[in-house]
Amino acid sequence: MSTPRIRLPSRAAPGEIIEVRTLINHPMVTGVAASAPRDMLARFEASIDGVTLFDFAFENGSAANPALSFPLRLERTSTIRFVWTHEDGRRFEAEETVQVG
Amino acid sequence: MTLPRRAVLAGLTGVAALTLLPRPLAAVEAAPDAEEAIAAILRGREPVEGGLVLEMPDVAENGAQVPLTVRADSPMTPEDHVTAIHLIATRNPTPGLGRGRLTPGMGRAEFTFRVRLAEDQEVLAFAETIDGRVLAAAARVAVSVGGCAT
Repeated sequence: MSTPRIRLPSRAAPGEIIEVRTLINHPMVTGVAASAPRDMLARFEASIDGVTLFDFAFENGSAANPALSFPLRLERTSTIRFVWTHEDGRRFEAEETVQVG
Repeated sequence: MTLPRRAVLAGLTGVAALTLLPRPLAAVEAAPDAEEAIAAILRGREPVEGGLVLEMPDVAENGAQVPLTVRADSPMTPEDHVTAIHLIATRNPTPGLGRGRLTPGMGRAEFTFRVRLAEDQEVLAFAETIDGRVLAAAARVAVSVGGCAT
């Protein structure tokens, strides 16, 4: 598992909707083929100040090296927290701040 | 609304038209476990077509990495927004592709990710709204090399 990669603008106008692009390297082995044991991320979550704004549940049909892109509307300067959680409970985290105003 | 025709399905390899969906989605053929997954999303609600767009390539060369964008027509206000979008593969070994939980803080009801598709099939999207409606959309994807080996 590598460090997650996040792409977003460093600045935004109040109320602007920005595009957030995320990527994490992970094989996402489902175990369906029985050639390898299951090794899957369960969940992705993006939050600001502890409030979840977007979350995503990975399923068997989610591709390896999950890339998720989604919009966020920012009203003020915000630190966005990104958390990927493995099915075994491990967490992988990243943070990015966008200056608004 | 009619019930899924699970009773007439011959087994795991069987397919049936999705009688619980409106036309033309009802013409989509789905494996029995996909039909069960759809029934679990709908919970008796009748999905409506329109207001939801599912963008996927017509032909996916590599079924292991197929781009998918789903977008609902929603103001994403506290009173009127999409709360969840579910993606279902109708002909994969297991039907779930992923599901997003959305909030008004997103500003727009959309997200993009990549999925695995084992063979040519219809992919279905279902968006749930805060007032209890379900919007549905479908995309037909031809898969050159299947992507469910892992």
